Amino acid sequence: MTAELETAEGREKLRKVAIDPVSRVEGHGRVTLLIDDDDQVREARLHIVEFRGFEVFIQGRPYWEVPVMVQRLCGICPVSHHLAASKALDRVVGAVPPSHTATQLRRLMHYGQILQSHALHFFHLSSPDMLFGFEAEVGKRNIVGVAEAYPDVARQGVLLRKFGQEVIRATAGKRIHGTGAVPGGMNRHLSMVDRDALRADADQMVAWSQAAVELVKRLHRADPDLYDVFGVFRSGLASLVRCDGAMDLYDGVLRFRDGDGRIIRDQVPDQDYHQVLQEDVKSWSYMKFPYLIERGPELGWYKVGPLARVQNCDFIPSPLAEAERREFIDHGKGDVVHAPLAYHWARMIEMLHAAEVIRDLLDDPACTGGELMAQGSRGHEGVGIIEAPRGTLIHHYQVGDDDLVTMCNLIVSTTHNNQAMNTAVREVAKRYLSGRKLTEGLLNHIEVAIRAFDPCLSCATHALGQMPLVVELTGADGEVIDRVVRD
Amino acid sequence: MNAPRPKVRIATTSLAGCFGCHMSFLDIDEHLFELVELVEFDRSPLTDIKHCGPCDIGLIEGGVCNAENVHVLREFRRNCKTLIAVGACAINGGLPAQRNHLDLEACLREVYVSRDGLGEGGVPNDPELPLLLDKVRPIHELVRIDYFIPGCPPSGEAIWKFLTDLIAGRTPRLSYPMMHFD
Ligand code: SF4
Repeated sequence: MTAELETAEGREKLRKVAIDPVSRVEGHGRVTLLIDDDDQVREARLHIVEFRGFEVFIQGRPYWEVPVMVQRLCGICPVSHHLAASKALDRVVGAVPPSHTATQLRRLMHYGQILQSHALHFFHLSSPDMLFGFEAEVGKRNIVGVAEAYPDVARQGVLLRKFGQEVIRATAGKRIHGTGAVPGGMNRHLSMVDRDALRADADQMVAWSQAAVELVKRLHRADPDLYDVFGVFRSGLASLVRCDGAMDLYDGVLRFRDGDGRIIRDQVPDQDYHQVLQEDVKSWSYMKFPYLIERGPELGWYKVGPLARVQNCDFIPSPLAEAERREFIDHGKGDVVHAPLAYHWARMIEMLHAAEVIRDLLDDPACTGGELMAQGSRGHEGVGIIEAPRGTLIHHYQVGDDDLVTMCNLIVSTTHNNQAMNTAVREVAKRYLSGRKLTEGLLNHIEVAIRAFDPCLSCATHALGQMPLVVELTGADGEVIDRVVRD
Repeated sequence: MNAPRPKVRIATTSLAGCFGCHMSFLDIDEHLFELVELVEFDRSPLTDIKHCGPCDIGLIEGGVCNAENVHVLREFRRNCKTLIAVGACAINGGLPAQRNHLDLEACLREVYVSRDGLGEGGVPNDPELPLLLDKVRPIHELVRIDYFIPGCPPSGEAIWKFLTDLIAGRTPRLSYPMMHFD
């Protein structure tokens, strides 16, 4: 383990190298390395440097605004926040369970989201590292470079993402920050026109998703020494699963495994998350560090997201993706696959699953007709948990009799991966960087490890930060418009 | 035979935004392949260029909430001939500006110290964390902005129309249906 690289002794005497900003990820992060006179890395940290105010300023707002507001936490996975909030607030309006039609429509929206986000992450953000190599020329290491060298790959990536975005538009009214779900159900059906148009493309999307899984498998097989080893470390796994153990990205119960794959907690109802999870704060990051209470902060942290989900479930309930899952599990030869680069493989398996689910939902008449809203007795509290593209996302609200939110707690996917990402950074720093002259290409190795987790550093940073010094802000005309002093 | 036109250089960044405006940019879908015939990218979350060099067009998403945002915004203004505020956050602070009526200290305590479900708490405080401004600011309060594209986010169609106008040397115009504010 590389826990000793979290904080170096004698920090003042060490040389600092920063990767700032971490690029081809969403949000604002910075890596700092402290290096001694022998070029050994002595400390490595991924800092989340941005702050938002969401948890605090949602308090005091009427609950029905919340599903629309919280989307602005994240423009890549707005649907996850939209639906997690709606699921939590279903409890407040007493719509438990919501109508079958509402559930199917929300599922459709959510799997559209999984598909577009996974496509974006793999093709637009990460594929350049894998197709060109980690140390390829900076100017080429991006989606434009991929479009030039591998036009078919880029084209399929762009069209897969487009299809996912169109599924969202058809169910939420807008591709980004739509309004489909409301506390208690949905506000629209899928129109026949949209249904037919999407259905016409759905089989192609399944086929291209299969091709994407093949592409990742080819990359793994071509260089197992890299793919199976890069940044690897052991940790627990966590995700929702359906009650029968199937993969379910929209709803279910929490399941936790240890690093050897043994189930240590299962069937935890979403409403009870706070009985099993706790978070620590570290002074150098705005992102908290969650862990399973019974195992404590040292052992209780875990990975979330595709790599965890594909191995945490007992099976995937769609045939093509299930066949791919089996092959993935076989690759581990009886052990859990922990390699960060295997995230991409698992992610593409999930994209294939999403494409299959979307195709089947488009054939479901519940999406084009049926009761949209459900009602019941009014409550004051609700938790909504969903598997966002990047992992388990928790929204928790309390609402007063006056309909205003009195408490909001969010644990977003990337926060669950905080310790895991920091550990991956340290593993890579130790193995590939220590003792060498740092080049841009070597530093990109660190970013490759971070990218594997598909972090969403923007929505992970919904908390407010501190101002330890004086900031003076001058306007375009040179006049001081703001001055802040804190100590 | 005309010599091939030099490509227009574009930089993009997200300040205190949610990346939704960048995602909407990608919502130009297949036009992306036409776009890369006309432009090349400088600093952007889509490339690994960490600092902006001389550019023709800069697109800014998000308002200004900390000292680092201020530096990045000024870097863009210094380097970009035309600077464009994309989306509600850049234009007026957007949703993050909801925190402007709150007291930062109290919020910090609430989130990092007094909340249920915390093990070891404490307000983060480290030189690596950029200094915060007590209010989220629209970007035009800090630097001169040449164009504003409204919407949260503006649609991919609107961004495409705007950029193709600009690249072709026309005054960018958005038709009424393309102008929206949600
Ligand atoms: S304007 Fe809307 S979409 Fe754009 S960054 Fe702000 S919240 Fe996100």
